[in-house]
Amino acid sequence: MTAASLVTIALTLTLGQAHGAETPERPDAAVAHEAHGEGGHGGGLSEVLMHHVTDGHSLEYPGFCQGELAWNCELDLDEVFGTTRDDAGHAVSGPFVVQLGATTLDMTPTKHVIMMWLASLLLLVVLVGSVRRRSVVPRGLYNFFETLVQFVRTEIAIKNIGERDGDRFVPYLVSAFFFILFVNLFGLIPYAATATGNLAVTLALAVFTFLITQYAAIRAMGVGAWLKHLTGGVAVWLWPIMIPVEILGLFTKPFALTVRLFANMLAGHIVILSLLGLIYALNSQWVALGSVPMALGIFLLELFVAFVQAYIFTMLSSLFIGQGLAHHGHDEAHGEHGHAEPGMGSAGHGSHVAGASPGHG
Amino acid sequence: MSAAALAFLSAGFGAGLAVIGAGLGIGKLAAAALEGSARQPTALGDIRTTMIIAAALIEGVTLFAIVVCVLLAIKAG
Repeated sequence: MTAASLVTIALTLTLGQAHGAETPERPDAAVAHEAHGEGGHGGGLSEVLMHHVTDGHSLEYPGFCQGELAWNCELDLDEVFGTTRDDAGHAVSGPFVVQLGATTLDMTPTKHVIMMWLASLLLLVVLVGSVRRRSVVPRGLYNFFETLVQFVRTEIAIKNIGERDGDRFVPYLVSAFFFILFVNLFGLIPYAATATGNLAVTLALAVFTFLITQYAAIRAMGVGAWLKHLTGGVAVWLWPIMIPVEILGLFTKPFALTVRLFANMLAGHIVILSLLGLIYALNSQWVALGSVPMALGIFLLELFVAFVQAYIFTMLSSLFIGQGLAHHGHDEAHGEHGHAEPGMGSAGHGSHVAGASPGHG
Repeated sequence: MSAAALAFLSAGFGAGLAVIGAGLGIGKLAAAALEGSARQPTALGDIRTTMIIAAALIEGVTLFAIVVCVLLAIKAG
């Protein structure tokens, strides 16, 4: 069996899941779809699509439930974690519901949270399992992961941050790279979901990068010099205009990181589901002859995009950290140049990094 | 025209325009990469890596526009 035929079978199984989810045989499935659907266009098609890509309070798996084998048994996460909800869907009580005065904070693990846990567990098992035998000459899976970690360290961390400080940030960069990679790839498994297709998850990752960048910059040049960078080196009477612009410029980079990863992951899944949903929209099984191979092509593209997006996120994080550190010890030289651009500037500053060649334009 | 109709129309137009922008940008990028690697075949590896990075960045910006279009289409219902 070739890999292509396996993937086609996988896609066809996904088809079966989409078909099974559309017919509301069980009342709770229909309620779950109605809770998610906003536009009733094309029947239940947009609702099914939204149900598959957005977060939810139930997991789906093929198996034995309610006395028969089914393609999509639902595991209600509210039941598992003991959260009760009122009619509007708001959480009322449970061990994961926190009451803060007037508002309630619903911390019940949802589908994407469970997927993140599973991906992290898989990552830990694979990494810890492959490093069991420490030897000078690595073999097998250990060799493969050492190649990847070495790649992140040499090509991403040291090239962008410099030899002196690069090793300090390698743990964070390697963690970010492998976490994003595993969560992205997890979304391609049938019945699993992409947690990085959730704006909250990518926002949290970008906030980590932002905090580490500012921490590194402050540690390198001190709080005073960091605040001075926010003024942008202009005359004092321009500060009321310059400081808000610079603060805004400080936040555009994490924002771009967030939306780039989120939109890339979401768009791929929506395209695959839309192509397969064409079969139902056009209400003919012969559309599958063209639709499934195209969806297979987009699926392979998604595999590639999973790797590329993990690499891009890590590379841009290291670039921002390197730009923040590049001003370390160079403030006197920079004083008379002023700053031509707001925020952390372009990659031109990267050329001051000791011992590293700026290979990025 | 109702508001929902306008929203759907603009979502469709926006997606098309975004794809035009991405196609033009990445097309120019690929042309420059191919010409560079034809002039200097030894630099093929570096050029290929830089090309992929730049393509991912351009696509990131395009997907900002796509997200806006999807928001329009979803919320218009």
